[in-house]
Amino acid sequence: MTSADILLLALGAVAIGAAFRVVRTSHLVRAGLWLVVTLGAVAGVYLVLAAELVAWVQVLLYVGAVVVLLLFAVMLTRAPIGASADLDRPGWAGALVGGGAALGLGALFVDGYRWQKVGLPAPGTAEALGAQLFQHWVLPFEVLSVLLLAALVGAIVVSRPET
Amino acid sequence: MNLDQFGNDPWWLILIKVVAIFAFLVVMTLFTIWYERRVVARMQHRPGPNRHGPFGLLQSLADGLKLAFKEDIMPTLADKVVYFFAPVISTVTAFTAFSVMPLGPAVRLFGHSTPLQLTDTSVAVLVVLACSSMGVYGVVLAGWASGSTYPLLGALRSSAQMISYEVAMGLSIVAVFMTANSMSTSQIVDAQAHGQEVSWLPFPLPGWYAILLLPSFLIYFVSAVGETNRAPFDLPEAESELVGGFHTEYSSLKFALFFLAEYINMVTVSALCTTLFLGGWRAPWPVTLLGSGVNHGVFPVIWFSIKVLLLLFVFVWLRGTLPRLRYDQFMRFGWKILLPLNLVWILLLAGVKVMQGSAVPAGRKVLIIAAVAVVALLAVTLWPSRKAEPKPGELPPQEGGFPVPPLDLAVPPSPHLKRIEAQREPVSVGADSEESS
Repeated sequence: MTSADILLLALGAVAIGAAFRVVRTSHLVRAGLWLVVTLGAVAGVYLVLAAELVAWVQVLLYVGAVVVLLLFAVMLTRAPIGASADLDRPGWAGALVGGGAALGLGALFVDGYRWQKVGLPAPGTAEALGAQLFQHWVLPFEVLSVLLLAALVGAIVVSRPET
Repeated sequence: MNLDQFGNDPWWLILIKVVAIFAFLVVMTLFTIWYERRVVARMQHRPGPNRHGPFGLLQSLADGLKLAFKEDIMPTLADKVVYFFAPVISTVTAFTAFSVMPLGPAVRLFGHSTPLQLTDTSVAVLVVLACSSMGVYGVVLAGWASGSTYPLLGALRSSAQMISYEVAMGLSIVAVFMTANSMSTSQIVDAQAHGQEVSWLPFPLPGWYAILLLPSFLIYFVSAVGETNRAPFDLPEAESELVGGFHTEYSSLKFALFFLAEYINMVTVSALCTTLFLGGWRAPWPVTLLGSGVNHGVFPVIWFSIKVLLLLFVFVWLRGTLPRLRYDQFMRFGWKILLPLNLVWILLLAGVKVMQGSAVPAGRKVLIIAAVAVVALLAVTLWPSRKAEPKPGELPPQEGGFPVPPLDLAVPPSPHLKRIEAQREPVSVGADSEESS
């Protein structure tokens, strides 16, 4: 077991533990903060796997922008300090779906790879990533951008004052 | 400069560099506070701080010491843990961002050849951006955790503001990445060392990206002012609207940490601006004529500091000159002017890059450029103006869709006052003086 393995395991444990706190805590804003820890740990996983660009983009976009926007939306409506018990729902349905998905995916991966060893690919430089993205994955990339555009247009339509 | 030079230092050398950068930033903060107060005072025809030390240089040190002895207040309604961590997040991210700034070339230090830079990676500029986006948490959480209205409003403003201007800032740096073919700070400085040769121009284009990529430079600086919450974009802490903004409830050393983080962020964006656009630690043009010796030894640090101080002066200058923008003006400026301008400019630059690499004959290149210019000109002149005439009987369009009072508002006399005046008996001056005597 190398130090990279140990780091990966530790970061994975942090990510899962924080993710559990996201859904379990009854403090609204603290749930968002635990989400930051989860996404940060995932960025750490990328960094250990030598994918520098993806790691920093993860920090820049998910930690730095997406969750801040989430907190922004929460604070615009209500952001009570302390627990908000009235926002709770019975958790068994979510637990069932989440646990089922995790177990199913885990089983799929374990069955797919068994005990094969897969070598670490070359470090994920910006150049390699760009070549992959714009040669092999250009169609999904463009479709995603159209999806984002649709979301943008939808937001404008929803928020437009009625005249 | 090759990235292999980094990561070979012994641990004590790394420690020395860390302490040196920490000291540099703290001293720069103390100096910048004094510098700002003196410059603004000069602009307003008053002396400014001049009591502590020569020229008042020790004023910020005295203020810092005084802050440390103030009472540390914990608001009753605050979220204690988050309230404590918010200033820590602000300061730590501010210090971390500076670790990739190149202060000079490789030098010999205690028998080791090492670059004057803590570290560098192939994506170093992204590290700075990531740190500044993490710094938003310090502000947002400080405002929320205070459990008070004004700080919460300041936090809301700052989160929207910093995210918006980060987009513009990131896009303005894209042009630098495209020109330098690198995202590492030391390599970007190297790329600006020599002028760019263009086949159809008789002379090389200047090396500094501030000249070569002027629109990017301007957009970067404007968004840097927005990103650091400085006047005229200091809406999160607008004292006339929000008391103190996000740090209203903070006192003592926690407040000092926010203050420190703000000034370090200013130094960092200025240093990044120097690195990306002003040739980094390299000597400016007339000085380079003296020979290559000006880029060795301790001189690079001096050039770097001079450039950073000049940019800091511009920050202070803006603060001393411009009034604060209204919030909707500010957001509109970011999203509807800076961002589209940036995108068009990047598209244009990418087109030029592609043409440079292709084997199109020079005559057709000129033709293509002329065609693009004509299309742009037509688009600008024929763009329909969006100000529709108000229909008769309709209210005139209001500024930004917000109800504002008309500027030529004449206040009608109150009917109540009229009645009082009618009931009052006319009195003469003589009668009045008789009564009182």
